[in-house]
Amino acid sequence: MHSDLNNYYASVECLYRPEIRDKPVAVCGSQEARHGIVLAKNYLAKATGIQTGEVIWQARLKCPNLVVVPPNYPLYLRYSRLAREIYAYYTDQVEPFGLDEAWLDVTGSTHIFGDRIKIANEIRKRMKDELGITASVGVSWNKIFAKLGSDLKKPDATTVITRENYKQVVWPLPASDLLYVGRATKRKLAYYGIGTIGDIAAADPIFLKSRLGKWGEVLWAFANGYDNSPVIRMGEESIIKSIGNSITTPRDLESDEDVWMTICILSESVAARLREQGFKCRTVHVHVRDKDLFTFGFQGKFPKPTNLSNNLADKAMTMFREQYNWSNSIRSLGVRGCDLVTADASEQLSLFCDESRRIKQENLETTVDTLRQRFGHLAIQRAVLLQDSDLSTINPKEDHVIHPVAFFKEGRLT
Amino acid sequence: MDTITYDNPSKIYVTVKAIFYADGLLRPMSIIWEDDREYTIDKVTDIRRAASLKAGGTGLRYTCRINGKDTYLFLEEGRWFVERK
Repeated sequence: MHSDLNNYYASVECLYRPEIRDKPVAVCGSQEARHGIVLAKNYLAKATGIQTGEVIWQARLKCPNLVVVPPNYPLYLRYSRLAREIYAYYTDQVEPFGLDEAWLDVTGSTHIFGDRIKIANEIRKRMKDELGITASVGVSWNKIFAKLGSDLKKPDATTVITRENYKQVVWPLPASDLLYVGRATKRKLAYYGIGTIGDIAAADPIFLKSRLGKWGEVLWAFANGYDNSPVIRMGEESIIKSIGNSITTPRDLESDEDVWMTICILSESVAARLREQGFKCRTVHVHVRDKDLFTFGFQGKFPKPTNLSNNLADKAMTMFREQYNWSNSIRSLGVRGCDLVTADASEQLSLFCDESRRIKQENLETTVDTLRQRFGHLAIQRAVLLQDSDLSTINPKEDHVIHPVAFFKEGRLT
Repeated sequence: MDTITYDNPSKIYVTVKAIFYADGLLRPMSIIWEDDREYTIDKVTDIRRAASLKAGGTGLRYTCRINGKDTYLFLEEGRWFVERK
């Protein structure tokens, strides 16, 4: 199911300011600076046609008696936490989507709390009683329809989308109601005569893929209710989305060796930062900018999450060799670990890789971390980097932006 | 970031005398009103998380019997408040 707190910021403000509850209210950013925009509004303000993202004066034209209040983020954070505590009572599979939305998978707890609709209604009641705000809940067998459902009836309502009724409920809706159909996609779809979610569902997935790329197929699956992505367990998702380092080198990189050295430095920094934050990454992304400033990237998944610099560097280099044909020399490189999971999450050991070697490597890198912490970044280094003595000035982890003056001097690496 | 305070005449912050028991339980014993008068809480009949629409806020709500009448006493973020009648 998907729970959406109605007009979140505005609702919280109205709760804390009883005197404005019966007036049109908009929560707007930095009003004094005269560039505030509408972040949220209540139903009375919505009725006048005010849109989120509008500038305050535009909103005032539509609604002269609009009450404008500044945002109180600490309070919204607190409310968001309280709402999550309520969700957590029913399941540990709670996946927040911003401050005011969350997916819940209650499949495993229906035998304790009753069926999904009962749980949805109970959550709504508790939001009202305990927090004084309302929620709309969409109940369905997949995350996409659940989210769609929470948008259908507002405020304070439960919408159920089942395998029996989804064709009547979901398919007549405009395509733009589907998650990830933004303005550009909507326009493209309209061009091919696709206006509703039903149209997407009925379209040929191969055709959609040819027109919209990978997403075409994904949207087709969404529209047909084939989405089967799980609701992430609490604590598994992380607020930091990715950790990366990049470097623009003083001279352009000309060879695989140059790139390997750079990737090693960057990977070490990224891996150390991942460990510091207690994360592992499932994907590594490499970012390349050539000397004509043409930028592109590629990414690859690991068989299992890692925070080891060797894994990162090897994968990054392998991909680089596959993807880059040296049509141009390279100006800057970046390595980024994404798809993060917490490092303490239990993990499935693999039968097909040498676990003892991995543990050794892990111990080695933690030891390097400790050494560097105690004796400085340069206390220990990879031999490959010692090919250049001036490299001793580089510490991407602490400097973040690194410009090793001597590192890539003509001829030093060859 | 500046903290925003809400000035709501129906939300009255009060001083509370309370006992923290060894097992972690917290029992408010009396409320000291704006005019310094002290009201003894005879009995706490209910404790639950609840929102106060009237005063604007949410917290742990203690239903307190004072002089034979039930009064809601809220503990929100470390401060106690009551709703103005």
